[in-house]
Amino acid sequence: MSQANAAVMEMPKTQVWRAVCAREDLVLNSGVVALVGNAQVALFYVASVGGAPQLFAVDNRDPVTGVNVIGRGLIGSLGGDLVIASPLYKQHYRLEDGTCLEDAALRLRTWPVRLVGDVVEVDVG
Amino acid sequence: MTTTVAPLNDVQTLIVIGNGMVGHHCVEQLIAAGALERYRIHVFGEEGQRAYDRVHLSEYFGGRDAESLAMSAASLYEQTGLALHLGVPVLEIDRARREVITAKGSFGYDKLVLATGSYPFVPPIEGAEGNSRLVYRTLDDLDTIRAAARQAKRGVVVGGGLLGLEAANALKSLGLEAHVVEFAPRLMPVQLDDHGGAALKARIEALGVGVHLSRATQSISAGEEYRYRMNFAGDEFLETDLIVFSAGIRPQDALARQCELALGPRGGIAIDEHCRTSDADIFAIGECAAWNGSVFGLVAPGYQMARNVAAQLCDLAAEPFFGADMSTKLKLLGVDVGSIGDAHGALTGARSYRFIDEATGSYRRLVVSADGKKVLGAVLVGDNSYYDTLLQYAQNGIKLPADPSSLILPHSDGAPTLGADALPATATICSCHNVSKASICSAIDGGCTDLAGLKACTKAATGCGGCAALLKSVFEHELIARGVTVDKSLCEHFAFTRQELYAFARVENIESFDEMLARHGKGHLGCDICKPTVGSILASCWNRPIMDPSLVPLQDTNDTFMANMQKNGTYSVVPRIPAGEITADGLIAIGAVAKKYDLYTKITGGQRIDLFGAQLHELPDIWAELIAAGFETGHAYGKSTRTVKSCVGSTWCRYGVQDSLQMALNIEDRYKGLRSPHKLKFAVSGCTRECAEAQSKDIGVIATENGWNLYVCGNGGMRPRHAELFATDLDDETLIRYIDRVLMFYIRTADKLQRTSVWRESLEGGLDFLKAVVIDDSLGLAAELEAQMQLVVDRYECEWANALKSPEKLKRFRTFVNDKGADPDIHFVKERSQRRPARAEELNLIAAVEVAR
Repeated sequence: MSQANAAVMEMPKTQVWRAVCAREDLVLNSGVVALVGNAQVALFYVASVGGAPQLFAVDNRDPVTGVNVIGRGLIGSLGGDLVIASPLYKQHYRLEDGTCLEDAALRLRTWPVRLVGDVVEVDVG
Repeated sequence: MTTTVAPLNDVQTLIVIGNGMVGHHCVEQLIAAGALERYRIHVFGEEGQRAYDRVHLSEYFGGRDAESLAMSAASLYEQTGLALHLGVPVLEIDRARREVITAKGSFGYDKLVLATGSYPFVPPIEGAEGNSRLVYRTLDDLDTIRAAARQAKRGVVVGGGLLGLEAANALKSLGLEAHVVEFAPRLMPVQLDDHGGAALKARIEALGVGVHLSRATQSISAGEEYRYRMNFAGDEFLETDLIVFSAGIRPQDALARQCELALGPRGGIAIDEHCRTSDADIFAIGECAAWNGSVFGLVAPGYQMARNVAAQLCDLAAEPFFGADMSTKLKLLGVDVGSIGDAHGALTGARSYRFIDEATGSYRRLVVSADGKKVLGAVLVGDNSYYDTLLQYAQNGIKLPADPSSLILPHSDGAPTLGADALPATATICSCHNVSKASICSAIDGGCTDLAGLKACTKAATGCGGCAALLKSVFEHELIARGVTVDKSLCEHFAFTRQELYAFARVENIESFDEMLARHGKGHLGCDICKPTVGSILASCWNRPIMDPSLVPLQDTNDTFMANMQKNGTYSVVPRIPAGEITADGLIAIGAVAKKYDLYTKITGGQRIDLFGAQLHELPDIWAELIAAGFETGHAYGKSTRTVKSCVGSTWCRYGVQDSLQMALNIEDRYKGLRSPHKLKFAVSGCTRECAEAQSKDIGVIATENGWNLYVCGNGGMRPRHAELFATDLDDETLIRYIDRVLMFYIRTADKLQRTSVWRESLEGGLDFLKAVVIDDSLGLAAELEAQMQLVVDRYECEWANALKSPEKLKRFRTFVNDKGADPDIHFVKERSQRRPARAEELNLIAAVEVAR
């Protein structure tokens, strides 16, 4: 799915998968935050219809305010996109690629992320 | 882009004398018409303030200040090419040299607009001086009246016309015993007939204002009981501490007399239909001008003249002025008064229908043409809901119904309204800004699809606001006629309103978002609009712990973490302090927590203590300590019951008449944990002095000798609204029953994020309807509403205590799932001995210090 696509696109780069937390640390349909090196990565675990939940990793830093709160936002779907709403001023960012629905100049960094067994891994390569 | 820029020497000088409502409107219209490209504009105002709303002058004593009465932001006059000279009266006009002369020097003009307004007429009466010769026209006059009222008990207004009654209202709001003395045998002799005057007199006297008709003041002498004595013909007299003259206005035409412009037969600067005076370069507008010998003492005709002159000066098509409709509707001393067209039935053959209700002091008169086909005029006292329809009949010559009396007779379902479709395109909807139905339609066709946008683009209903209801009905009617359905869907996932979803939850016993979405929505996830809305509905209905796994993803961040997120991502914590009552040990416990976690503390407006700067992972520890000290969550983060503010009442206070503190405790204990469409604030005052400010709360309770008065649907905030008196002298049990019903009815019928004040204003049938539902149980809902409230009360549990019992729930309170540390990007600085979030410019300093180390 999305992670796989992302991984394919990143092929030229070296992949460095790093374990960041366990599956049980995730909260379904909500977010948690992991410290990965100096980066704060917000992990969202989103139920999908008839399949395993999808996993997304985006920057925890709110680009509007520079404050680390994205992992505490509300997730939802808007016009077919899965989005996270910043808890401070409510801009919506696509979980898929981090683009902002309200302002094309804003974007959250995203990371490839996967579950290996019960371990959550983020590609920091 | 091509713009025509006039060469500098082509820029002419335009002077506007007078910065009242009409002068100001002219400047606004000039700017809008692009006048600043061709004129340098100088505006001279005699008063020290820029133009303010004289129509609502009496509100100056009701708490509005000069700035809030101003007609525009100060920046309007700060544009290049526009200079406003306030406090600079024009002394002379030299028409030969084309100059105006002021104390600050002479200014040349190419075009001149006189908008000098009018002045109050004070009849020459022996002994009238100082506080016995006050007038009511400017903010300075009001300051003088206020100063005079300080040592006064009684005040008299001479003149029972529109302005006189306004002045009486002002005296009343200053706490004086107010009297009105009128020379004519009835009040508002110009606008009302005998019966109308009598009805108004009865109403005003019922408000405690003395009305003295057919009295001519002959002299003023020293009084015995009060400072002055007004002596009338026939040895009658009235004593008073101050006298305000409001016996009519006179056009301010002194400058015109000085420079020898032609005047009207009864004063005023003579103008033609283009507002031109006898000098082609000088215009006159507003109350200083006389067209066809008549002076127009209302704002709407003044605005009409202002628009005309502005358009001419900018070479645009101008609508000539051929007199104006003097119909008017207003609220005087809280009493509706309306007068339309030929109110006296003076035209030949005119016939009248009259309705008189002596019980309530209501009067309505409809004057129709001899053939019975057209409305010529009307008089209304006591209820202006008939006005809009009658005015449209009169102005547009709409054919009367078979039984014209139906237009003024009481209807069980309110005043008859003329359907928006019955109005011709030329019908004037807003007379202040001259907006016709046709221009509203073209704005809608131009893409205006909401009412606020329509007001902004047409200016309709932004003058006196009297046409707001009519505008709304025309707007909605036109939208429907264009096949636009007003979409009331909550969001893309639910094609229902909040109220409909609430009904589903109740009727179908829905207890989870997934169930609601599966049965009534689309998709599988929802969004940040519908999730908190449904979460709030489920909490209002079933009051399950919001940290339960199925409910947690629904909440906004504040409810998720049961604390209030601040700008730097930290949280503030507010323990419940019921009724604001707290022991020394309680204060010490809060202090100890604040000290241990280095929290910034501040007293809130709701008599509690707010602790700021906690990080996510600190919240459980902080709450464990607060709960151990006996505190519960204060729900400061929820759309829910916040606080019940109180005074100490009869327990301590010399004036208290009931135990307001105990009642506040009872109320807070009952409704804590109640979630609702928006936050709920309460207050209980122990006497009529109202120290707890209950009249600014959603639910306000004020003690009386006999029990409690209940006020509902007030709030402070962005648009303050006083709570309305709902029921009086209630016993404890009835008071709680009524509050149960009001709140549950609100929860059942309000829109999402709608406070009680807005809800109340949107209730069809208004306060009377709410009273009928709650007090008379007109819908048969009372028992159900009480039972629903009781369920919420019985299921109350402190959410923080509940969460602390569950390691699973506490897992969420980790800043990082893989690290025990705090967020390294949160920085504080000390200020006034406490810490606060560092500002962006301070962050660099902090970094520099760290590098240096």
